[in-house]
Amino acid sequence: MTDDAFDFAIVGGGLVGLAIAYGLVRGNQRVVILDEGDNALRASRGNFGLVWVQGKGQGLPAYSSWTQLSARLWPEFAQMLRDDTGVDVALEQKGGFQICLSEAEMRVRVDAVRQLMIQPGFETYEIRTLDRHQLQGYYPGIGPGVVGGSYSALDGHLNPLKLFWALHLATQERGAAYRPNAPVTRITRDASRFVLACKESKAVLAQRVVLAAGLDNARLAPMLDMDLPVRPQRGQILVLERLRRFMDRPIVNLRQTDEGTVLIGDSQEEAGLDDRTSTTIAATLADRAVRTFPVLANARVVRTWGALRVMSPDGFPIYDRSRTQPGAFGATCHSGVTLAAAHALALAPRVIAGDLGDMLAPFAPARFQSARRSMEYV
Amino acid sequence: MFRRACPSRHLIQVTVDAETVNVEAGDTVAAALLALGKDACRTTPVTGSPRGPYCMMGVCFDCLVRIDGKANQQGCMVLVKPGMRIELQHGANALVDVLSAGRVRGTSPGNC
Repeated sequence: MTDDAFDFAIVGGGLVGLAIAYGLVRGNQRVVILDEGDNALRASRGNFGLVWVQGKGQGLPAYSSWTQLSARLWPEFAQMLRDDTGVDVALEQKGGFQICLSEAEMRVRVDAVRQLMIQPGFETYEIRTLDRHQLQGYYPGIGPGVVGGSYSALDGHLNPLKLFWALHLATQERGAAYRPNAPVTRITRDASRFVLACKESKAVLAQRVVLAAGLDNARLAPMLDMDLPVRPQRGQILVLERLRRFMDRPIVNLRQTDEGTVLIGDSQEEAGLDDRTSTTIAATLADRAVRTFPVLANARVVRTWGALRVMSPDGFPIYDRSRTQPGAFGATCHSGVTLAAAHALALAPRVIAGDLGDMLAPFAPARFQSARRSMEYV
Repeated sequence: MFRRACPSRHLIQVTVDAETVNVEAGDTVAAALLALGKDACRTTPVTGSPRGPYCMMGVCFDCLVRIDGKANQQGCMVLVKPGMRIELQHGANALVDVLSAGRVRGTSPGNC
């Protein structure tokens, strides 16, 4: 490299950082990805693997539109990854379900869908309410306690580890430099370039910076005069033995992977940086799965794990650019799988253009400041 | 491939894929299968390639077999017992055939 500075330094080599990096290298940018090591808190290795639209966006209709855009972009994105790497991420978008195990749950679900859809500016799509009989058309083995559920044709899933692998291959295939074990300790500015000091390795120079460091964004953002107030939220997953394919479509808390493994998840706990598992949560997850499909009581659990979601105060993504440090951007969300296509194909081009545009304006962290300010007047 | 270093002392009867065979008491299921010359005890769920006992100490999970009707048991961790029903595994566990029975095909929720 003749110039010693990269066009972009991406801080964070998880699904969010890699998807943005992929979009940048496709836009002919010279990119370096600064990552931590194998012991990093890495949501990208612990997630459930849904490409999910149904129900998202209560309180921020723009989040539904952004999610819907990503779901629409996913087939094209998966094809690009396949063309670049030969890796098939096993994307299936044939629709997905949410299951209700009591009349009370069903009432809550129906009301939530109605509230979601009547929001001003909400980009509507169909979420169909199904009774028990209709669900049996899809899943004959549902338990006697299954009352009904909801269905959206936009939902789907993929193999998130294959996605992670494909993004690593694809970014490096297209020329991105990948630096593992290089946690960024400090970011300063030297004339027009950013200087990223890394633990135990040489500082990296870049014209522009994208913070995509997951939970570490909270620490890094103030160095660039940004605000990315994220906190960990633990999710636990139970993994069952590989079973002959019996689920055509995923349920939000229960899905069968392309290779036959059954995953049970969707727990939410405030547990700080503790990513361990607990038997109480495991029992709750298993109970719900067995009430959904009683025959799963005979299946063997082969593994469990905990992982930390990257949550903002309102649960929605944050995208921002620094007002005082031109060329510095931040991105954070807890749906790195669902939003990967939008991050690569819609966000990255905006980052190259230097302006996040109207579509992403609702995701600026200013929304938290105005909430704080209004609290002061109460 | 494998040969016993010491002569058999106490044989018991089990079935392997419904065939009655003599195995040495005190052997694990995996050791018994190797002694019977059944090196491959299963095929994998994803690619269907053959697998056999490897580590013999509960780590590699390659010796999975069905024992007394229960699939995916580690053969190297279970001792043979008189009358035990051992079955070699082919592909993924069929536990959920029940779920697929009577399945309605070719409909979508839009048609319900």
